[in-house]
Amino acid sequence: MKSMQAGTMEHRRKIRAAQVMAVLGALILAAFLISMNTGFIKLSPWDVMKTLVGAGTEKQELVLFDFRLPRIVLSVLVGAGLAVSGAILQGVSRNALADPGLLGISAGAGLAVILFISFYPMTEGAPVYLLPLCAFAGASLTAAVIYSLAFRKGQGVAPTRLILVGIAVSAGISAAMIVLTIKLNPEKFQFVSVWLAGSIWGANWHFVMALLPWLMILLPYVMVKARVLDILRLGEPLAIGLGTSTERERIRLLAAAVGLAGASVAVGGGIGFVGLIGPHLARRLVGPHHQYLIPASALAGGLLLIVADTLARWILQPSEIPVGIVVAIIGAPYFIYLLMKT
Amino acid sequence: MSAASKPKTHMQTRPVLALFILLGGLILLALGLTLSISVGAADIHLLTVWEAVFHFQPDLTQHQIIQELRLPRALCGAMVGAGFAVAGAIMQGMTRNPLADPGLLGVNAGSGFALALCFALWPGLPFPYVILFSFLGAGLGAGLVYGIGSLAKGGLTPVRLALAGAAVSALLVALSEGVAIYYQVGQELAFWYAGGVAGTTWLHIRIMFPWIVAGLIAALMLSRSITVLSLGEEMAAGLGQRTGRVKLAGAVIVLILAGAAVSTVGMIGFIGLVIPHVARFLVGVDYRWIIPCSAVLGSLLMVFADIGARMINPPYETPVGALISLIGVPFFLYLARRERRELG
Repeated sequence: MKSMQAGTMEHRRKIRAAQVMAVLGALILAAFLISMNTGFIKLSPWDVMKTLVGAGTEKQELVLFDFRLPRIVLSVLVGAGLAVSGAILQGVSRNALADPGLLGISAGAGLAVILFISFYPMTEGAPVYLLPLCAFAGASLTAAVIYSLAFRKGQGVAPTRLILVGIAVSAGISAAMIVLTIKLNPEKFQFVSVWLAGSIWGANWHFVMALLPWLMILLPYVMVKARVLDILRLGEPLAIGLGTSTERERIRLLAAAVGLAGASVAVGGGIGFVGLIGPHLARRLVGPHHQYLIPASALAGGLLLIVADTLARWILQPSEIPVGIVVAIIGAPYFIYLLMKT
Repeated sequence: MSAASKPKTHMQTRPVLALFILLGGLILLALGLTLSISVGAADIHLLTVWEAVFHFQPDLTQHQIIQELRLPRALCGAMVGAGFAVAGAIMQGMTRNPLADPGLLGVNAGSGFALALCFALWPGLPFPYVILFSFLGAGLGAGLVYGIGSLAKGGLTPVRLALAGAAVSALLVALSEGVAIYYQVGQELAFWYAGGVAGTTWLHIRIMFPWIVAGLIAALMLSRSITVLSLGEEMAAGLGQRTGRVKLAGAVIVLILAGAAVSTVGMIGFIGLVIPHVARFLVGVDYRWIIPCSAVLGSLLMVFADIGARMINPPYETPVGALISLIGVPFFLYLARRERRELG
């Protein structure tokens, strides 16, 4: 009787999760069509359809395939990467306020990217694929520093201390970045300053190809580990009691989160708050089970960023604002709301 | 006031050391100012500095550089440093929050946002009015942070304040960037973000000077009450202090000092965090000594950081705000680790 009840509960949860994801997917599709149509050159949904099947004019094809499409795909991927990274961080640290941007992981990735750019001669192609790797190195190093600074024997990592240390470390890294950027030559400086503001306007298919493998490998890995995340969320003693080697699993999952954040930051720049809002939204919709939470977070994050990017292009036509600003204006009040509630 | 007799605590004050710091600090500051005037893209001999200040000859290029560029810049650094440091000291004393700092608690970002609006909506507004808007913005930022921090469940803990400060700052900075892009005043504002004393003119000095001096004098007059308040609100009320009034006065002083400083040099953080801690470590718990010592030490830090900013990568200048952050962050981390019981 009891197991049957549990079974129907599980069943209901599954249906609900499927519904939520279908709706999120549909919203992304709608945002995609609107985003296609937004910008200096108008493309109606019909034009988009026609161009997609190969019946558009040359100009339409250029705008769609070389400018709009990579940008939209990239914003969805970056949003998904950041949101999943945030979901993992929130699960592992049992901290509702965790976010790769707030924790300074994004800043660390940024510093590595700037160092890389300033020492590497600007050539075509090669740096784009190396950028995520480099960002990953910077992000891991920063995460390790933050984790060890916030760690205290016997207490582990207290949520608020983790964020406090993260804020301080990212302030320091930003200062270091300012000092470094001054030494760059004008073209490199231009690249870096656009990148820093958190923007996907320089998007092309190279960036998409640079980010895609990271997501393709790490997202399935995290899905496999969804159960472990559920157990870790119960707290240290219970997790150990259930036979999990908590420390090892935690470090693996953190590495996955850092990898996702680093790769996303490498191509999307300093976009904050997506990793905070995406998982929260998803948790509201599908509940705390990571098996559903992770894909829902990915979709929510992607949706958030595609909407923000469309807004960023639309508000001040014909000029654009960096999408990071739009996300911060939406995200900071939400963070404040969470802060007041917890 | 009279009821607030000297508090007997186990933490002592060291007036002799404090006097020594004040005197020594002022001498060092004079030295720093001279040095600051003489180093730069064009190195100028110390003797020439002396002559340019006291026997100014308008037809000499070096004298003109000194009078028009270097002298206002050096003075500005000293005033701003004192302003930020004393604002931080008052905030830390009143709120008993070791992490209080105008940069961390949204004051600077609020001021920056007001400046952005100001440049966007009234381009060419004279500086005396700009500075008033800066005060308003500082009030807005601080009000938001404190409001959010105290509305939160569980009340106003130092960490909650720091987090609210970070979030409000992020929001206000994003909004100002949006405004800057919309009205295309980014260039004018970029200067305020990086933080620097390079563009200071005598006009800035003339307008900022009375505000800073008034703020510092008011801070000194209030210092006794702040010492009492720093013992805890119940204690202060028990000693007969009208805590509400003291807090209001303190808040106004903080807004004036920080607002005036930000409107001239932009968002420079961490001076208000680091200096009061150093001063408290050196001279003890009495704010009658902490405040003047903070002013002197803050000036020193700012003037020497500015000299450093010019010497790191000549002939380019490194933003002095970034340089100070690099000093301030390790200090903040140290505090966040040390104050574990209060912060945990």
